[in-house]
Amino acid sequence: MARLPADDIRQAVPSDLTLRVKSLESLLVEKGLVDRDALDALVDTMEHKVGPRNGARVVARAWIDQAYKERLLENAPAAIAELGYTSGQGEHMLVVENGPTVHNLVVCTLCSCYPWPVLGLPPVWYKSAPYRSRAVIDPRGILREFGTELTEDVEVRVWDSTAELRYIVLPERPAGTESMTEEQLAALVTRDAMVGVAKVTCPPSGAGR
Amino acid sequence: MNGVHDMGGQQDMGPVVHEKNEPVFHAPWEGRIYALTRAMRAWRKWSLDADRHALELMPPVDYLRMSYYERWVHMLEAQLVQYGLVSKEEIERGQAAPGSTKATPVLSLATSDRWLTRGIPSSEDPHVRPLFNVNQRVRARNINPTGHTRMPRYARGKTGVIARDHGVYLFPDTNAHFQGEKRQHVYSVRFTARELWGERASPRDSVYLDLWDDYLERA
Repeated sequence: MARLPADDIRQAVPSDLTLRVKSLESLLVEKGLVDRDALDALVDTMEHKVGPRNGARVVARAWIDQAYKERLLENAPAAIAELGYTSGQGEHMLVVENGPTVHNLVVCTLCSCYPWPVLGLPPVWYKSAPYRSRAVIDPRGILREFGTELTEDVEVRVWDSTAELRYIVLPERPAGTESMTEEQLAALVTRDAMVGVAKVTCPPSGAGR
Repeated sequence: MNGVHDMGGQQDMGPVVHEKNEPVFHAPWEGRIYALTRAMRAWRKWSLDADRHALELMPPVDYLRMSYYERWVHMLEAQLVQYGLVSKEEIERGQAAPGSTKATPVLSLATSDRWLTRGIPSSEDPHVRPLFNVNQRVRARNINPTGHTRMPRYARGKTGVIARDHGVYLFPDTNAHFQGEKRQHVYSVRFTARELWGERASPRDSVYLDLWDDYLERA
């Protein structure tokens, strides 16, 4: 199992967790407190049905359809539901728009709040102490670590998800994509761009992020 | 609670480690504890706020040492025992106590849609009046509650401006402790980076926090 170096050094995971969770699950099944089929479905949903591909489609639609973009900025949950994405942790979503002079960055300093319906579950780095601690005090440093250099004339807005609002960044549409289809555009949009640690680039040299 | 979970502004936590092509779960047990936690919350013996507080109550050294989902294992075990759904002995043995009754799962395949789309309560309740207006200057109160709170330390005592009224939400400081929902307005409050971090911060940058009426006072 591939683990992060930081996890190896700072967060040694005991090998008995597999057994411990198995034992807990069988106890809860035995007591009739959980249904295994429902658990399987939940895991399947998070692994295969929700994720940043959903958010990428929302962004691509907003790029090509001005009226949709306006609805998205006005009432994100309703506009996102138009594309069929509704589930827990998405009842109260806000979309914040990047532009030539504004860059938005999303964090949850207190825990791990994240817009599940459009981005899925957060990556380890988003939930980790380095990101949570520094995003609010040194957002430009964080951005630099992700390869995003901003000039001083750009205003950085950090959104700390301290309540039940979940934030998604609407990245800038990159130059050179004028002739692309909605699908091709969606393929360019990364999770990191929708959290605000990166920009969308064309061609997708930042693939994999 | 002024715990280690309240990380905003701490320094020397190390570099952000970005994993390429990161899987949703790094091991099967992570997916199982995620699903178990959500399925057990469907019993409504405790709220999401109470779960967050259970994580905050972990010993600080454990909180920092453990991986994210390892914390969830400890959180779920603690909640199950605290709210009487299973006993400590049952968790240790991995078996139900002899003679214990068998329940019917709340979250099944048939009901999961209803449970999983159950919203986080909020409303546009006109009976709950906002205490502040958009564009008003406010100060985050200098409070240090020992229970659950969603007001980070780094904002306390700082002055900002209300950017938006999000409507009415449950108050986590009481809701986490079953002391009532205390519905009130939540606002997006903009603090300049210089107000929060001093003169060396960029004059253009700002941090927006979502704060409840009870966290704010007139400035």
